[in-house]
Amino acid sequence: MSERSERGPAHKTLEIGMALLIGVFGLVVIFGSLKAGINWGAEGPRAGFFPFYIGAAIVVASAINLWHAQRGDDGRLFAEWGQLRQVMSVVVPTAIYVGSMPFIGLYVGSMVFIAWFMRWLGGYRWLTTIAVSVGMPVLTYLVFERWFLVPLPKGPFEEWLGL
Amino acid sequence: MEELANLFHGFAVALQPYNIMLMIIGITLGVIIGVLPGLGGANGVAILLPLTFSMPPTSAIIMLSCIYWGALFGGAITSILFNIPGEPWSVATTFDGYPMAQQGKPGEALTAAFTSSFVGALFAVIMITLVAPLVAGFALRFGPAEKFAVYFLAFCSFVGLSKEPPFKTIAAMMMGFALAAVGLDSITGQLRLTFGVTELLNGFDFLIAVIGLFGIGEILLTMEEGLAFRGGNAKINLRVVLHTWRELPTYWMTSLRSCLIGCWMGVTPAGATPASFMSYGIAKRLARRGNNFGKGEIEGVIAPETAAHAAGTSALLPMLSLGVPGSPTAAVLLGGLLIWGLQPGPMLFVEQKEFVWGLIASMYLGNLAGLIVVLTCVPVFAAILRVPFGIIAPLILVLCAIGAYSVHNSTFDVMLMLVFGVLGYLLKKCNYPLAPLVLAIVLGDKAEEAFRQSLLGSQGSLGVFFSNGLVSTIMALGLVALFWSAIQEGYSRLRTPMA
Repeated sequence: MSERSERGPAHKTLEIGMALLIGVFGLVVIFGSLKAGINWGAEGPRAGFFPFYIGAAIVVASAINLWHAQRGDDGRLFAEWGQLRQVMSVVVPTAIYVGSMPFIGLYVGSMVFIAWFMRWLGGYRWLTTIAVSVGMPVLTYLVFERWFLVPLPKGPFEEWLGL
Repeated sequence: MEELANLFHGFAVALQPYNIMLMIIGITLGVIIGVLPGLGGANGVAILLPLTFSMPPTSAIIMLSCIYWGALFGGAITSILFNIPGEPWSVATTFDGYPMAQQGKPGEALTAAFTSSFVGALFAVIMITLVAPLVAGFALRFGPAEKFAVYFLAFCSFVGLSKEPPFKTIAAMMMGFALAAVGLDSITGQLRLTFGVTELLNGFDFLIAVIGLFGIGEILLTMEEGLAFRGGNAKINLRVVLHTWRELPTYWMTSLRSCLIGCWMGVTPAGATPASFMSYGIAKRLARRGNNFGKGEIEGVIAPETAAHAAGTSALLPMLSLGVPGSPTAAVLLGGLLIWGLQPGPMLFVEQKEFVWGLIASMYLGNLAGLIVVLTCVPVFAAILRVPFGIIAPLILVLCAIGAYSVHNSTFDVMLMLVFGVLGYLLKKCNYPLAPLVLAIVLGDKAEEAFRQSLLGSQGSLGVFFSNGLVSTIMALGLVALFWSAIQEGYSRLRTPMA
C-alpha cells in the first residue's frame, strides 16, 4: 500500500476514528442523561430516561462498527493528501467567514469570501471576480431584505451606508 | 364523493394567479437546485424555507413542494447530459441515460426521463388522493402507543432496507435522536444534555443539520475532485418529444411496475434513491432487451425515473397523514408545517381541509407545470451547468450560510452548520447514511413523547406496545423490517441448502 503513488490516510484509520468519535458522543449522552435522571419520578419517566437508552444504543452500535472496521483492511485510502488539501482549502476560509459574521456582518464577509474563493481557488480575472462577489450580496440584499423582509446580519459597513 | 368536492376546491385554491406564479417560480428554482452540485432537494428547500414565513401556509407549501418537484426533474438533466447525478436518486438514470446521450439521442433520453417522472408522480398523487382520507380516518384511532409503533416501523425500515451496514444506520439514527433530545424536555420542562451552554437551550434545529450535512458536506465531497467541471450542450425539439411520446406507451408494463415499486418505497420511508435502484434492477431482469441495459436502453431511463418520482411524491402521504416523513425533503416540508403552526397528522385532514387539498391539487398542477417547464427550458438549465464550479461553490456556501442564519436569526447556527458540514463529509465518506440521522432529529421529540406517554399509561410495562391488534401488527411489521436483510439471507439459504 505504501508503494502506491498517491498517499493519504487509510480508510480504515478514519473508519476507526469515526466509530470511536461516535462512541464517545454516546458516552457523553449517557453521562448527560444520568445527570438529568434516568429513573421514574413523580411525573413518570424522568428527562434522562429516553436519551439514556439512545446513548447506550450509540455505544453498542459504534462498538460493533469499531469491531468491523478494525477487522477488515482493504488497503483503500480515505482520500489523497492533495484531495484533503482541496477540502481544507474550503473548510478553513468558510470557518473564518462564518466566525467573522457576528462582527462584520454577512454582506461584507460574503464579498470577501466569494472574491477569495474565485480569485485564489478558481483563478478568475479580477473583473469577473469583483462582478460576482459584489453582485451576489447586492442581489441577496434585494431579495431577502427588501422582497421577503428577512433581516440578515449587518456590520459597521452597512451601518455606515445607512441600510 | 366529499373528497372529490374537496379536491376541486383545492384546485380552485391552487389555480389562483398568485399560487400559479409561486408554482412556476418554485419549479424553476427547484430545477436549478437539482442541476447544481451541492444543492439538493432537502437543503434547497431548507434554505428557502425562511423566505416563506411571510406567506400564507397554503401558498408556502405550494411553492416549497414545487421546488421539490423541480429538484426531482433537475436531477435527470445532469445525469443524462453529463453523467453527473445532481441528486442521489438520479444515479440509476445515468446507467442508460448517459449512453443514450452519447449515441446522439439526448433529446429522446430527456423526454423519456421527464415523461416517466411525470407519470410516476401522477400515479403517486392519484394514490394519495384515494388513500389519504382512509389513512386519516384510520389514524384517528391512534393513541400514543400506536404512534410510537408507526415511528418504530419507519425507523426500522431504514435499518432493514438501506444499503449501508445496519449498525452504521443505527449509529447515525441514534445520533439524530440524541441531538433531538438536547435542550428543554417537553414533558418535564427540565434541561438536559446542554452542559451549561445557553445556545443549546432549544436544542439542535434539524434545518441547520440538513443545510450542513447535505449542503456543505456535498460541496466538500465535490471539492475532493478539484474545480474541474465539464459543461455541454443539449437540444430538444418538439419533433423529438412527439416521436419519443409515441414510443413510450410500449413500455407500459415497466412504467406500471416502477410506479408500484416507487409508491411502496415512498410510503415506507425508504425514499426515492433505493426505489430507483430497485426499479432499475428489476426492469433489467425482466425486460426483453435486459442484456442491453447499460448501453443506452430507453427502458433503463424509464424505470428509475418513474420509481424515483413515485417514491418522492408518495413520501408526502405518511408525512401528511401520520406526521412521519418518507424522505429528508419531506422532513423539511414537515418542519415547515410545524413552523406555520400546522400539526401534521390525522387531524390535519379534518381541521385544515383547504390546506391539505390545496397541496394535493398543487401536486397535480405542479408536476404538469414542471413537465412543461423542463421540456421547454432544457437548454437554459444545461447552460447553468456551464458556469464553472469555482463560481458556483462559493455562491452555494454563502446561500447555505444565509439559510442557516435566517432560521433563527442566529450566527451560532451558522457555525453549527459548518460543524455539521464537516461531520456530514466524514460520515458520508465512511458510509454512514444521513437520511435517518435527519429524520431522527425531526421526529426524535415526538417519538420520545409517544414512548413516554405510552409507558405512563401502562405503568412502565413494555407490553403496551403489543396490547391490541393494531399496535401489535405495526410493531411486528417494524420487527420484520428491522431484520429484513437477515430474513432475506436466511430465506435464500433455505432455497439453496447446498451452497
